[in-house]
Amino acid sequence: MIEAKNIHKHFTDLHAVKGVSITVKDGDVLSIIGPSGSGKSTFLRCLNHLETPDGGEVYVDGELVTEDNLQNVRAKMAMVFQNFNLFDNLTVLGNITVAPIHVRKQSKEEAEKRAMELLKLVGLEEKAHVYPRNLSGGQKQRVAIARALAMDPEVILFDEPTSALDPEMVGEVLEVMKKLAASGMTMLVVTHEMGFAREVSDEVIFMDAGEIVESGDSEEIFGNPKTERLKAFLNKVLK
Amino acid sequence: MAIYLKGVMVALKGLPRTLQVSAFALVVGIVLGLFLALAKMSGSKVLKVLASVYIEVIRSTPMIAQALIMAYGVPMILQSKGINFKWGNLLIPALIVCGLNSAAYMAEVIRSGIQAIDKGQIEAAHSLGMSKRQVNMLIVLPQAFKIVIPALVNELVTLIKETSILAYVGVVEVIRSAQLWNATTFETFPAYVGAAVVYFIVCFPMSKGVQYLEKRLSADKPVKKSETEKSEGKGGIR
Ligand SMILES: Nc1ncnc2c1ncn2[C@@H]1O[C@H](COP(=O)(O)OP(=O)(O)O)[C@@H](O)[C@H]1O
Ligand SMILES: [Mg+2]
Repeated sequence: MIEAKNIHKHFTDLHAVKGVSITVKDGDVLSIIGPSGSGKSTFLRCLNHLETPDGGEVYVDGELVTEDNLQNVRAKMAMVFQNFNLFDNLTVLGNITVAPIHVRKQSKEEAEKRAMELLKLVGLEEKAHVYPRNLSGGQKQRVAIARALAMDPEVILFDEPTSALDPEMVGEVLEVMKKLAASGMTMLVVTHEMGFAREVSDEVIFMDAGEIVESGDSEEIFGNPKTERLKAFLNKVLK
Repeated sequence: MAIYLKGVMVALKGLPRTLQVSAFALVVGIVLGLFLALAKMSGSKVLKVLASVYIEVIRSTPMIAQALIMAYGVPMILQSKGINFKWGNLLIPALIVCGLNSAAYMAEVIRSGIQAIDKGQIEAAHSLGMSKRQVNMLIVLPQAFKIVIPALVNELVTLIKETSILAYVGVVEVIRSAQLWNATTFETFPAYVGAAVVYFIVCFPMSKGVQYLEKRLSADKPVKKSETEKSEGKGGIR
């Protein structure tokens, strides 16, 4: 279970996240939607302290995240980024196994065996020995998802995983994410893919100007929006 | 013609020493330069200032002054303080000076390489629970070194030429070999042309090699082209 309580983040004089709280139960998918610049990425990055929050607490399985247990906690909260962020100096297999070997202290054989299973899951077994520069965007993102899964995380944080992709590659990445959601993976997803959010989310949060404006299950949010701001946002993006 | 060949042969006898000193300085320069680069980028203000002062002092004074201070100045000041100190072999202060000198230049080259690494990859590494040290060793430095290889080779070319000033502090390298031959034969022109030819034979292929490497690296990674260009310029400013 992931719990964030009253998270605040400032960038000099900009109050980017203004007291956001969430709870995600094991196996749930929580989607965060909202206009760009509303603080979605910043909030997500506060959860694993890629941005250190100025206020509030994050709990993973009841354990408070601090500077001291940060490495342990991060290993349980994998992240998938908008720009993939694969390691250019490592092959696909190296990208997936580097953290299991050096952080989880798995043997190379064990880590590679698991990596090959995960590559099969994302449909890229034949790319194991290829370097990231030789992959398409969609393939890169599927490798990044396999890399995240290799840590056997409690939760995966997705920050607009399809926003940097050519339209014809969005589908292959969403397919993999749907498979994960169906398999019971706990997921926090910042996304502009409203169809995906509606289909797989147990809960949807609408953020604007650094705050949660409205939240609910996907039928409430997409079928029966209450606030004017959410209505206006949905009108704009669903057109 | 034979006399020119002789001039080249004489200078060649000094070449092993020139290469020895350069190779030593290269290794010391890379290792010490890496620490200086990390110090300069660390969170500690003290380390930052110390590294900057070191780098700026070395880069803003000629190596001949550094060599003269180390070879002759240091023993003199120690002796005046009543400490009986003498360099057993003048090669030792020469090696020290070249190593310390090249470290200052390498530090800047390595720092530019580290800073060229995509911040997203560093974040990804942290997000997987890697320690700072693991992020550096596994992700940042391997990529940074690949980026700076051409600049490091440029540094080596500069070093090889720079070690010629060691002729003035008692090291019998290429120039000193030529000088000694000139002193006995008075074949001044063939002596120094011979020395120049030897430097050219060593340095020219290396410079060409750098150009080839740079082309290959930028072909590997079209997006990062501007960064290899940036590091390219840093080699020869002394
Ligand atoms: N590192 C940063 N430094 C300064 N401002 C930032 C930084 N990161 C984000 N911001 C600002 O914070 C606000 C929220 O950004 P972000 O969380 O990326 O929004 P979203 O992901 O919803 O598009 C924006 O105004 C953005 O410009
Ligand atoms: Mg964002």
